[in-house]
Amino acid sequence: MVSKELIDIFYALEDTFIGEYVRSSIWLFPVIESFHLIGLGILGGSIVIMDFKLMKLIFRGTNRIYVLEQTKNFFILGLSLLILTGVPLFLSEAVKCYYSRAFWIKMIGLVIGVLFVYFVRNPLIVKKEGTILILIGFVSFSIWTVVAASGRWIGFS
Amino acid sequence: MLDFAFWLSETEWSIALHESLYLYPWIESTHVLSICLFFGTLLFVDLRLTDKVFNNLSISEMNRKVLPLTVFGFLVMSVTGLLLFYAIPVRNYQNIFFRIKMILIVVAGINAFFFHRRMSKEALVWDKDSSIPRSMKNSAITSLVLWSLVIISGRMIAYNWFDCDRQPQPRWINELTSCEVDYSLFEGIDGF
Repeated sequence: MVSKELIDIFYALEDTFIGEYVRSSIWLFPVIESFHLIGLGILGGSIVIMDFKLMKLIFRGTNRIYVLEQTKNFFILGLSLLILTGVPLFLSEAVKCYYSRAFWIKMIGLVIGVLFVYFVRNPLIVKKEGTILILIGFVSFSIWTVVAASGRWIGFS
Repeated sequence: MLDFAFWLSETEWSIALHESLYLYPWIESTHVLSICLFFGTLLFVDLRLTDKVFNNLSISEMNRKVLPLTVFGFLVMSVTGLLLFYAIPVRNYQNIFFRIKMILIVVAGINAFFFHRRMSKEALVWDKDSSIPRSMKNSAITSLVLWSLVIISGRMIAYNWFDCDRQPQPRWINELTSCEVDYSLFEGIDGF
């Protein structure tokens, strides 16, 4: 459903200097998009390694808190690169994004994913033991898979 | 090779893939997800060799724990990549970024071959000495740079700036992309 107030904001965002600058360049959007994909790879690596460890698929016999310590900075790095590149990509086609279901799924997934990692997964890795962590790993991995896949589908809409 | 690409493009399955509403996007999404798995896990394998991560784990332990995921990611990436090529063979074959990507994959593959051959022989020694030769650290960084360039060039394939049906292009572009162009059509235009 189209909200008049919200769509006006999206039009205004598309009209920002950054939005217009990216849109007016032939090369900028694809180049930013490439680095967006690299950011996704970095974030994906940290997610896969931590969540698969929680699901007991890899790193058996290695302390999970040690795995968290080793991957958490890559999560931040990947996420930063995603946001840094994602914002100009979004601004260049904000109205298209508004009408894209995949965009909203990605954004909601992204917010849930970040909140889940910082307020559920990481604290529980430190505090809890046992099978709950397998579930936590599975949920986290599923959320981020939806985020990555829906991101690709924005391009198809 | 161009004839082969044309033959491929006329096969029933290639047309079906190309014209499918959902299958092609699903294959492409799986390709992107497998890139994340491959590149993301490779990042940790390569950075372990530069002593940046997982220093409490030996090189051989790290490889044993993470490399199977990297290989799995590579296999899915290759299968989905082949299907994406098969869906639009002529356009892909003549795409300059596709060609750059293939060259980069070959170079990255050669680097990985020598890298892992040496690693399989010497990893146990490095585990004991806790020191990794500088050349191996350089090779690990080279691997990451090359695969980043593969991702960048792969993403560029979607753009048609240098496609054969967008003429006139500079002659050197047409030569690099095996485009067959009747230049007499562009007589009088600067550069032709």
